[in-house]
Amino acid sequence: MSETKPITKNVDWVVVLIYIACLMIGWINIYAAVYNPEVNTSMFDFNNNAGKQLMWIGTAALLIVCILVIDYKFYETFSFIIYAVVIFLLVMVLFAGSNVNGSRSWIKFGPVSLQPAEFSKLAISLAISKYLSDPAISLTRKLKDYYPILGIIAVPALLILLSNETGSMLVFASFAIVLYREGMPGFIPAIGIVMAALLIITLLFIKWYIAAAIIVIAGLVIWLMPVMTRRRGGLWATILIAVVMIGIVFGVDFFMNNVLQKHQRGRIMVLLDPDSDPRGIGWNVIQSKIAIGSGGFTGKGFLQGTQTKFDFVPEQSTDFIFCTVGEEHGFIGSAIVVVLFIALISRLVVLAERQRSRFARVYGYCVAGIIFFHFMVNIGMTIGLMPVIGIPLPFFSYGGSSLWSFSILLFIFLKIDAQRPFTLSRG
Amino acid sequence: MLENRRFVIIGFFALIGLTYLLRLFYLQVLDDSYSIESSSNSIKRVTEIPFRGQIYDRTGKLIVYNTPVYDLLVTPYKARVDDTLRFCQVLGIERSDFDSLMAAASAYSRVKPSLFLRQLSKEDFASIQDIMVDYSGFEFAKSSLRTYTAPTLANTLGYVSEITKTQLEKQEEPYYRQSDYIGQSGIEKIYENELRGKRGTKFVMQNVSGVYKGPWKGGELDTMAVAGENLYSGIDLEVQQYADSLMVNKVGSVVAIEPKTGQIISMVSAPTYDPNILASRYFSKNYAALARNPYKPLFNRPVMASYRPGSTFKLIQALIGLQEGVITPGSGFTHANCPVGCHNHPATGTVALGVMHSCNPYFYNVFRRIIYKNNIKNTFKASAVGLDNWHDQISKFGIGQRLGIDLPSEYKGNLPNKKYYDRFYGEYRWKFSNIYSLSIGEGELLITPLKMANVAAIIANRGYFYTPHVIHGIGDKKKVNPEYLVRHETGVEPHNFEPVIEGMIGAVEGGTARRSRVEGITIAGKTGTSQNKRGDDHSIFIAFAPVEDPKIAIAVFVENAGAGGQAAAPIANLIIEKYLTRKVTNKALEERMMKADLMSKVILPGQKKPLPADTTKKKPVTETKPSAARP
Repeated sequence: MSETKPITKNVDWVVVLIYIACLMIGWINIYAAVYNPEVNTSMFDFNNNAGKQLMWIGTAALLIVCILVIDYKFYETFSFIIYAVVIFLLVMVLFAGSNVNGSRSWIKFGPVSLQPAEFSKLAISLAISKYLSDPAISLTRKLKDYYPILGIIAVPALLILLSNETGSMLVFASFAIVLYREGMPGFIPAIGIVMAALLIITLLFIKWYIAAAIIVIAGLVIWLMPVMTRRRGGLWATILIAVVMIGIVFGVDFFMNNVLQKHQRGRIMVLLDPDSDPRGIGWNVIQSKIAIGSGGFTGKGFLQGTQTKFDFVPEQSTDFIFCTVGEEHGFIGSAIVVVLFIALISRLVVLAERQRSRFARVYGYCVAGIIFFHFMVNIGMTIGLMPVIGIPLPFFSYGGSSLWSFSILLFIFLKIDAQRPFTLSRG
Repeated sequence: MLENRRFVIIGFFALIGLTYLLRLFYLQVLDDSYSIESSSNSIKRVTEIPFRGQIYDRTGKLIVYNTPVYDLLVTPYKARVDDTLRFCQVLGIERSDFDSLMAAASAYSRVKPSLFLRQLSKEDFASIQDIMVDYSGFEFAKSSLRTYTAPTLANTLGYVSEITKTQLEKQEEPYYRQSDYIGQSGIEKIYENELRGKRGTKFVMQNVSGVYKGPWKGGELDTMAVAGENLYSGIDLEVQQYADSLMVNKVGSVVAIEPKTGQIISMVSAPTYDPNILASRYFSKNYAALARNPYKPLFNRPVMASYRPGSTFKLIQALIGLQEGVITPGSGFTHANCPVGCHNHPATGTVALGVMHSCNPYFYNVFRRIIYKNNIKNTFKASAVGLDNWHDQISKFGIGQRLGIDLPSEYKGNLPNKKYYDRFYGEYRWKFSNIYSLSIGEGELLITPLKMANVAAIIANRGYFYTPHVIHGIGDKKKVNPEYLVRHETGVEPHNFEPVIEGMIGAVEGGTARRSRVEGITIAGKTGTSQNKRGDDHSIFIAFAPVEDPKIAIAVFVENAGAGGQAAAPIANLIIEKYLTRKVTNKALEERMMKADLMSKVILPGQKKPLPADTTKKKPVTETKPSAARP
């Protein structure tokens, strides 16, 4: 590069502004969450989460500057190396990690503790993008092209599972979105959604009734399909699908009782019926709903929340930060947060679509998918639409690892996007 | 074609976003069951403090439980006290107390209730409840008081008190609030998270004058307080109290362990105090008195005090010697050419006799052989290598490190190695002749009574131990801390224990501890006499019984009480008999030990002479009734 340009040239300001808005709203709410009227709490005191978060925000800004300075080709060229480094860290955490809340998933570098699992999303995104950047690879036609992708996801997934951090692993489901965009047949995500629906139905109703209902529906399909579509040959396929579905219904039962750990089973059951365990796991969900619900239309006002102070909502400044928003800023505040996220994700999809290289597009979709999944699960759990899975709300939740990893993830894409005008001319 | 899929994807995002917006709108705007605070005049949130977990002994008897008491709260701006004199009389307080309490409450908040008087008993509550109706702005809150079945185990259990300002500010997640209680020491501190339970909330309706009108929405939104988890300990309350009575007017420790499990049967730290005095509302007065007491009753001696093990350490020397192969069960040594003195006793031709008569030169020679086993020509280098090898083997007995008992501030003691002496003398500038006093448990060795009891348990088990622990079950399911199920091996083979145990039986039957033998129980024991700079030797005894199937391993330390056989051995053997048979046959010995005042021989650090007898015997404030609770 012969001429000096400001590193911010061509950076998409819409995304940057949403990002800054999220950070600021998040920080203010972390302060509200740790605020204790009986002890003088300062926003800038590094002994509480709000002060620490400010420090994390500052360091994230430094990281962003670094990302914008580094040549954009670096990320594509070194994507597999970055992936290897993260895998190494994940292996290391199994042996040298420190134990926090039953998950052995933190590595200490001097005073700083990091959670390598948070960075696995970045590593997988880069690796998948790099792999798919080969134009010979097609997800529409060739099944064997899927194997490397499965491998790229499975290795870190397994390592994370070993360190007992199931929540971070579930995030990998978000890669279905990018695969769908790159040509994965539509019936695969459809099956996924049907499976999830079946799972919930199985837990709510008696399984023999469901089996009977499936048989009845299959019978109707077999009887009506030739009449309606004048096509034949659907008989065996329909029977097969019906049998598989009944198998799933009974399999879910087995899975719930024999495979899942007790607390995981509890979290799913509580989603369906919070009153089933109001003292235990249901407690979190009830408290979280009370906090958000009591906010009303305009909220109780900054620092005026009562439910979210002290012990009522657990994990106040991390996973349940949205409760503070809901309680103190009401429907207006909550809606702003939801709209901010949807705007951010949609903008990312638009940016991804205008990329000229496949690497950049795939990576953009990865970023959008990951942020979307976190948003969906985290807010969903606080309003009782999703099971309680401990994953942070991007840019809002307290925590250095999560803030860093999301910032890096996002700004690598913005850097690549900023170089878009030059990609062709450089050949 | 595939580009069009972006619309499906953005559509999916928008769908989820819309769903969430609708759900939020429903929760926050349409469904009013959550908007409790907006109607706070009629609906009040009451925080329910759960009962703290109770603690049981090994026979199922309660050791610690809770008694309901009542706190009196005042909301200053509502308070109307027209006849202060009568009011003070009813509550049994002085006019000046009234003024200062009111001032403190107003300083905290004029509108929020704050504590006025705490822990009124049920009876007091009943007698003043009717009168208090005349005074607005005062309300009662139910609370509970830690209560102890017996006045024992004060240091082991620890105490609970109001959270301090520093603790309040330093807590990681904001759980505690001002005036909350928290475990401050002992079991109460270590198991705080298990014992405290989970606070609950109730929403109740009230009319304009604050009269209770039933639960709101039928209690649908209430979360119940979850009582703390009960703890199950291996303590035998009867034996514990018996041991207490034997340690009256003495300074020292008793630790008894069940060898097969590592459970603590009894743990005495003498002098002790009645734990009830720190649970009463006179906490600060009583605490200050305990803190000032020169004998330091708040110092948990079994795990924090350190002594030289004296002759009890010879047992370990013998075991290491046998395991290393430098002696055999039939090895004998005489008193010739030995720098350590000894007393008159028959010849010691075997390990068993060496242990039985506690022969100093015998173990001087054993230690010498262990150190010089490596055949290095240079005696300085040989000593260095030998000492480190010895250090590693002794470490396996838990000496020189924390055992990991579930009590705070365990002292790790001192087990010197090469580095330790290098610091004093310089590398390779010291040899066996500088360190031989280790052979008989003197010199730089420091151990705690707990560790010595654990050594007795190791010998009882013939080679292994479980980490000693007070609590073995948490909650109704009696969850066990997995660390307490790990079997720690010492590396000494079982057959090497037999000659040592034979010597220990001899010591009780006809050796240094013969005066306290118990008819019908085979006890294996070893006396120790720990030299110290301050006064008479400390009397030490470790033992286990019955030899055939050990059920109890014990260590007794009595400060400045002379030889091991004089005070420690009789106390230990009486406790063993009490635990195994539930009765004591040698009543004369029992009475003599209970009455013995060995405290008067104790010379405190920095003192030249024992303290005069009556300096510390001030009575603590115990009555829980306000002094003038009459109408």
